[in-house]
Amino acid sequence: MNGIAFSPAQLAEVRRLQALYPDKRGALLPVLHLAQDTFGYVSLEVETYVASLFDLSPAHVHEVVTFYTLYFQQPKGRHVVAVCQNLSCHLAGAPRILAHLKERLGIEVGETTDDGRITLQAVECLCACEAAPMMQVDDRYELNLTPDKVDRLVEALR
Amino acid sequence: MSEKIFSRNFEVQGANTLPGYREAGGYQALEKARTMEPAAIVDEIKKSNLRGLGGAGFPTGMKWSFIPKDHAGPVYLVINADEGEPGTFKDRYLLERDPHALIEGMIIAARAIKSALGFVYIRGEYVEPWRLFSAAVREAYDAGYLGKGFDIVVHRGAGAYICGEETGLISSLEGKKGWPKVKPPFPAIKGAFGAPTIVNNVETICAVPHIINRGAAWFAGLGSKTQGGTRLYSVSGRVNRPGVYEESCAITLRELIEHAGGVSASGRLKGVVPGGSSAPILAAHEIDVVMDVDGLRNAGTMAGSAGVIVFDETVSIPEALMVVARFYAHESCGQCTPCRESTGWIYKMCHRIVEGKGRKDDLDTILDVAKRGAGTTICAFYDGAIGPYISYIEKYRPEFEALCQS
Repeated sequence: MNGIAFSPAQLAEVRRLQALYPDKRGALLPVLHLAQDTFGYVSLEVETYVASLFDLSPAHVHEVVTFYTLYFQQPKGRHVVAVCQNLSCHLAGAPRILAHLKERLGIEVGETTDDGRITLQAVECLCACEAAPMMQVDDRYELNLTPDKVDRLVEALR
Repeated sequence: MSEKIFSRNFEVQGANTLPGYREAGGYQALEKARTMEPAAIVDEIKKSNLRGLGGAGFPTGMKWSFIPKDHAGPVYLVINADEGEPGTFKDRYLLERDPHALIEGMIIAARAIKSALGFVYIRGEYVEPWRLFSAAVREAYDAGYLGKGFDIVVHRGAGAYICGEETGLISSLEGKKGWPKVKPPFPAIKGAFGAPTIVNNVETICAVPHIINRGAAWFAGLGSKTQGGTRLYSVSGRVNRPGVYEESCAITLRELIEHAGGVSASGRLKGVVPGGSSAPILAAHEIDVVMDVDGLRNAGTMAGSAGVIVFDETVSIPEALMVVARFYAHESCGQCTPCRESTGWIYKMCHRIVEGKGRKDDLDTILDVAKRGAGTTICAFYDGAIGPYISYIEKYRPEFEALCQS
């Protein structure tokens, strides 16, 4: 399967997660997170491999992967910058922040820079409206954005 | 200012750790609850007038009492930490700053409904809250609060607003796409993994230790006649001090905006979304309303998640509706035709209106489509979406008409 496989330690983690739920299928979302962290994104091959760990058809895994926004079906950049575009952020200038990022990175929303460094997204409410405009950079929330602050944050991403 | 209950630990250094939480009186309610019969706990919660603080506002004690009395198999307690209603951010504070209040509340709730296993479903984007809450769960295991008759599984979502709907959340927890399920059967009869299940919001369960400690009458007295307690209001948009405010359920919207520093930008109020983006907007002259579930329902809107978004006079209502419509078009799960189709088309129409390409009959078409779809879908998502469609257009129609001259 193109060398797509978890390590023995990861397989033990898969079994631990599956045992937490009354039906092991409950662990599908957490295991897909693990798969994405391991393989970079959830390709069709990864879906087939994960399906085999759950005795599910690849089609069942595919409909789950495509339903949620946090699973990437294509390779993503080393960093993901997701700008909130919902109401409170919009009122606080999110369109300006997004336009600034597009110009600075030279890409559109949904694209990745040529050097593979950054994928840019526009996302719905991340629930940090008290500090709008805001964005998520990988795991971190970055709050009260200005174009200058965005420049500093993007600069620091390698 | 109301007495601080939910937020009392927010600014206390170390209160999110077990020693800090215990120092502030934590886990004493659990000791007391262990001396109470399950039915007595349910009764106390009923008397407190605690109502669900995630959106629907359903009486919590009554919900718990729906678990079949003679059920022999497992019963699950599921915590909805899939915070996603635009304008709402209070559960993030609770997960990060007072995680043991949720854990203690869960252990007590589990005793009340006779559950041995609880799940906390945290939205996938909340990585830091997930880490901090998971660390607190580990502390609670090490201290023996968990693992002796009640276990907690912390579950991460993967990005989907609809999983905040309780049956969508259950589908997702079962490892499926987050499609809501037809009710009945209600989750209390047949929920997660086919077993009786209670789904409660984070904040709702965080109230439980306080009610057990200080009594139902005390809690009920903090709120309005039909809704006990304080609650956490998330205030954002055009106010001078956006943030989480803990206030009585009996506060008025006018007072709440004043507590948040008043209207910013132009300083002149145009309208307020009082309960997350699905709540119909209130015009500037409607803000003397009491913010409890019934007060806002009587005003034609809803308390929802208590996410309050303030618009000053410079805000374009058509543009705001376009942003909201984009959200519902993106988040419709696609299961029911009226919702899947209408949210997409209404967004497109809002978009062209904002671009100045609106047609004369666009507004009536949106209103017609919105109203026809009401009540025709499996879950409350579409009924939530039409709240802003209808109220924004009906209350600010001239502003839309000015953009629909072609």
